[in-house]
Amino acid sequence: MPVPILSTRDLTKTYGRGPDRFDALRGVSLDIDRGDSVAIVGKSGSGKSTLMHLLALLDTPGAGSVHVDGTDARSLSGRKLNALRNQMFGFVFQQFFLNHASTVLENVVLPLKIAGVGARERRARGMAVLEQLELADKARNKAGNLSGGQKQRVVIARALANNPRVLFADEPTGNLDSATGRIVEDILFDLNHNQGITLITVTHDHDLAARFNRRVYIRDGQLITTDEEHAA
Amino acid sequence: MNPLETLKTAIANSFRSKLRTTLTVLAIFVGAFTLTITNGLGTGISNYIDSQVAAIGASNAFTVTRTDTNAGLGSGPQKYDPNTRVLAAGGRPGSTQVALTQADLDKIGAVPGITGVSPVTRLNTAYIQWNNQEKYQLSVSVLAGAQPQLDAGQNLDDASTVPQIILPSSYVSPLGLSDSAQAVGQDVTIGIPDATGTMRTVTATINGIEQNALLSSGGAFINKALSTALAQAQATGTTTASAPVYTTATALFAPSTAAQISDMKNRLSAAGYTAQTLDDRIGTVKTVINGIIGVLDAFAVIALIAAGFGIVNTLLMSVQERTREIGLMKAMGMGSGSVFALFSTEAAFIGLLGSLIGSGAAIALGTVVSNALARGPLSDLAGLQILSFAPGTVAVVILLVMAIAFIAGTLPAWRAARQNPIDSLRYE
Repeated sequence: MPVPILSTRDLTKTYGRGPDRFDALRGVSLDIDRGDSVAIVGKSGSGKSTLMHLLALLDTPGAGSVHVDGTDARSLSGRKLNALRNQMFGFVFQQFFLNHASTVLENVVLPLKIAGVGARERRARGMAVLEQLELADKARNKAGNLSGGQKQRVVIARALANNPRVLFADEPTGNLDSATGRIVEDILFDLNHNQGITLITVTHDHDLAARFNRRVYIRDGQLITTDEEHAA
Repeated sequence: MNPLETLKTAIANSFRSKLRTTLTVLAIFVGAFTLTITNGLGTGISNYIDSQVAAIGASNAFTVTRTDTNAGLGSGPQKYDPNTRVLAAGGRPGSTQVALTQADLDKIGAVPGITGVSPVTRLNTAYIQWNNQEKYQLSVSVLAGAQPQLDAGQNLDDASTVPQIILPSSYVSPLGLSDSAQAVGQDVTIGIPDATGTMRTVTATINGIEQNALLSSGGAFINKALSTALAQAQATGTTTASAPVYTTATALFAPSTAAQISDMKNRLSAAGYTAQTLDDRIGTVKTVINGIIGVLDAFAVIALIAAGFGIVNTLLMSVQERTREIGLMKAMGMGSGSVFALFSTEAAFIGLLGSLIGSGAAIALGTVVSNALARGPLSDLAGLQILSFAPGTVAVVILLVMAIAFIAGTLPAWRAARQNPIDSLRYE
């Protein structure tokens, strides 16, 4: 059996202390295989976003371990960790986090800029990924002037610019109307099927979750085997 | 992110909030402007004093006198010693100046490093006249390596056998000459009384006209040929019995280091002579001016420190505003070092903008004001540019301002760098 691309053991995460103490995660063990598509489903406050942040190495767990491609994340130095975040992971945020004053192309090539890729190559790769998402004609527009669906496609383009192996999406369709959301979903599943990119998505939308290969349900910081809410 | 990208991004970021950047730049502008002006004032006055000092004497010469052995105030008159000669001298009532004799000159000349000694003969010239017009009082001094600032003509030639004189420009029109250029080359008659009181005349050629100067005595400079001729005329009728005595002598030395000069001074002092270089005589003036410039500089630095707090404020707001952006960049693998570099570069860039504009404005305005002053209120002090900007000093000012801006930027940059990506992304 191949090494899972992401693997967690007994992850815990606690926010605050004393009376304000809140256990966001209470021992989560999970293996995600290469090329899989996984939906992390749960209500607000269930700990689903915390789990995704820990998987993406954006946060450090209180206890437990995260292994990336068989390597323990704790053993990675700051530089290697940054390189890993930059080259292996792509993020699609619900709130987009686009720089409205910059052009679409400038937003998309930000990860490449951080990686230290030269201006010419940046442009070429940025345009290639925009073409893939049918946004090439918007490359010179200011990001602030786009519609919601276009913005989300720009965010996906930005996440893909560095050819990541894992794409994390936090409520990717949460801010979109259902028709536009459908288009964005199709793009994400297309990337998963045709380019083998592992897709990990956090959502409370059961219709969206149903399209995934695998669903992980989370409640009160623990994984639960069945979709109780849905069943109920 | 490579350094060039960091620089480009920092510059682009500083223009994102134009009003805020502009206000910070203005604050730095005030500091940089003041600092450039005060430094310009320092350079201008120093340059002027240097040129004026060069006009009254050579830098490689001592003025040597016998050390005044009178103790302090109230010590009373000195006992008479038949072996010394005294000259009535200015100064405190009761104080006397011991004269230098030929033997003293020989002793001074024997000090290692001294290349030549010449006594300063007092030439009591009475008047100067041109073309039989009005006579005017005149005092003369030998050049002794000085470089007067000339309006017209040339410096004196000590090797020439032609008696030459350099007149202050204030003499030109009283003597009946139309202007400085016309005066050069004219022959003038100098009257000098001899030992018996009879007026003798010597003819000299005007070799140059000196600008009005801060430190000049108002007297004329003469070359060796003229001083010899005047001395001869003055000495006519002297009885040979009285050996010549001098109040002071000029001792020339080869260009030397400060240590060598002080060594020569010590040797002369041990032998009972007081030796002063031109710097010694002029040093106090410079010290006072440097003190004033220092105080003005201190005010400029205070203005800059206030501007520094402006930078801290601007950048803190900027960090706050861009919290989510910083979080995003960190989530995408941007290291804390790069984030720090990005924000501190932005601070240094704002500093550069402010100091470039400030120094530029100071130079432009300073030059205009300085020229206007030189033509107007300060026109009596020819050659004085009250503000003068040396490229080196201006560069130092710009670097200093950038350094202050950079230091001010480190606090916000550090706050940006240590942000946790997740907390930053959640920030509303």
